[in-house]
Amino acid sequence: MRALADIQRTFTHALLQPVLRVPDAVGERAGTSRERRFRVYRNNVKASLVAALTARFPVVRRLVGDEFFEAMALVFIGQHPPLSPVLAEYGAGFARFLEGFEPAADLPYLPDVARLEWARHAAYHAADAAPIGIDRLAALAPEDLHDARLVLHPAAALVDSPWPIVSIWTTNSVDEEVRPIGPDHGAETALVTRPRHDVLIHRLPAGAGVAIASLQAGRPLGEAIAGAPADFDLPHMLAVLFGAGAITGLLKGAPE
Amino acid sequence: MTADRSPRAGAGLKPEHQRHILDAQPDIGWFEVHAENYMGAGGPPHSFLERIRALYPLSLHGVGLSIGSAGGMTPGHLARLKTVADRYEPFVVSEHLAWSTHEGVFLNDLLPLPYDEATLALVTRHVDEVQSVLGRRILIENPSTYLRFEGEEMAETEFLRTLARQSGCGLLLDINNVVVSAANLGFDPAAYLAAFPVEHVGEIHLAGHAVLHDGAAPGGERLLVDTHDRAVSDEVWDLHRHLIGRLGPLPTLIEWDADVPAWPVLEAEVARAQSVLRQDGVSRARAA
Repeated sequence: MRALADIQRTFTHALLQPVLRVPDAVGERAGTSRERRFRVYRNNVKASLVAALTARFPVVRRLVGDEFFEAMALVFIGQHPPLSPVLAEYGAGFARFLEGFEPAADLPYLPDVARLEWARHAAYHAADAAPIGIDRLAALAPEDLHDARLVLHPAAALVDSPWPIVSIWTTNSVDEEVRPIGPDHGAETALVTRPRHDVLIHRLPAGAGVAIASLQAGRPLGEAIAGAPADFDLPHMLAVLFGAGAITGLLKGAPE
Repeated sequence: MTADRSPRAGAGLKPEHQRHILDAQPDIGWFEVHAENYMGAGGPPHSFLERIRALYPLSLHGVGLSIGSAGGMTPGHLARLKTVADRYEPFVVSEHLAWSTHEGVFLNDLLPLPYDEATLALVTRHVDEVQSVLGRRILIENPSTYLRFEGEEMAETEFLRTLARQSGCGLLLDINNVVVSAANLGFDPAAYLAAFPVEHVGEIHLAGHAVLHDGAAPGGERLLVDTHDRAVSDEVWDLHRHLIGRLGPLPTLIEWDADVPAWPVLEAEVARAQSVLRQDGVSRARAA
């Protein structure tokens, strides 16, 4: 009898590698071949992980087509198998993998679309918190605004891209018919939120991404917008942030 | 009414059905969820489950502990399981006689173990650890299998009997898994059930399986695959009816995890399981 650790090592390798090779420890049986039996496990592993990635990245799948996506997903699974039994955590590295995936190089926006889809997925499972209204900010004395710190919702996430990722995502998920997105669409920054049950995606005004990232890092409002361009529309950004349910608290004054 | 305390049939809880269940509050004995689907920080999975838990008893079914891993169970995972169990206070917690993780890599399938003394000692130690951390008895489920290993030392039923005796755990008897394994490995499912340590059974699973034919290959035969994507087969129903007739009612779950049907289809399967449990109650009352 082989040691269990040996069996599990050879199984793990044989389940993930592209070419079928049945581990020696697998016993012979009359009838159906060892290959056919072992292949059931290989199919279970691969099909279930491809299904998990499909559920996570439906727009990426739509953009590249089913056959391409499945082949690409299998390469990813082979190189980056799950490291947690919580399958909802699988796929965090998919966008980075796509950056280096040569056969998809024709679609340079693909990694950022994957980032947006991952942010939606992460927002769905993020901790709950109750958003506050913009009236709380309005109630602050004007002299306190500069030092005020906005607490972002745990589900709130920014995805900044040189590509029109919100438009690409929207037309491939929401629109009745897919609209062509031309290069004139330009860069887009997405704010992903989940005020209660539903995950929402907002297109941010120019310059807001940097400011919100700074707020998310805990910097006060005045400091967060200090580097913004002259025509930066602060009231608009605040309206988007509060309107999206992305703010759950307001801390007055400088941090301790 | 003693009937209210009698074990009932339940359904695997699927996201597709949650809204309807909360609105219609169907007369189902209980629901079962996979623990790993509730290890996120928050969001709709938890808010739905909290509302459903307020209405129904819950069974917590783990699929990720990897109790049979030679290198030890997945670090940190048991603590996460305990968090879910503490939060939802299930009436039963169960896991599998299988492994799924090796050196940190999670393979997302319930993989087979060789039945020998060394594996038995390892699994017993791990079940002890789980029960001691959770502070409760758990049930261990018989797997669906497609192959056996060279040089095994005991039958699965003997392995499970010794495991239950030594660790004090209960058993979850999946009758579909028995039928799948029996067809694939060439044993008689009725003989397996006759040898099964039924005194430890705390829950029964029923599910559908796919039948693959391999007529082309020399010596090819049919292979059953545990797909949970269709109605329970007649063979599984017959074995269930026979087993309940022998043992009396036991909590019985309908699992339907892929190609999930509209709720009424699943509800009808649960009603069928419930009628098997009730029939037995009736015949026992008459006999008394």
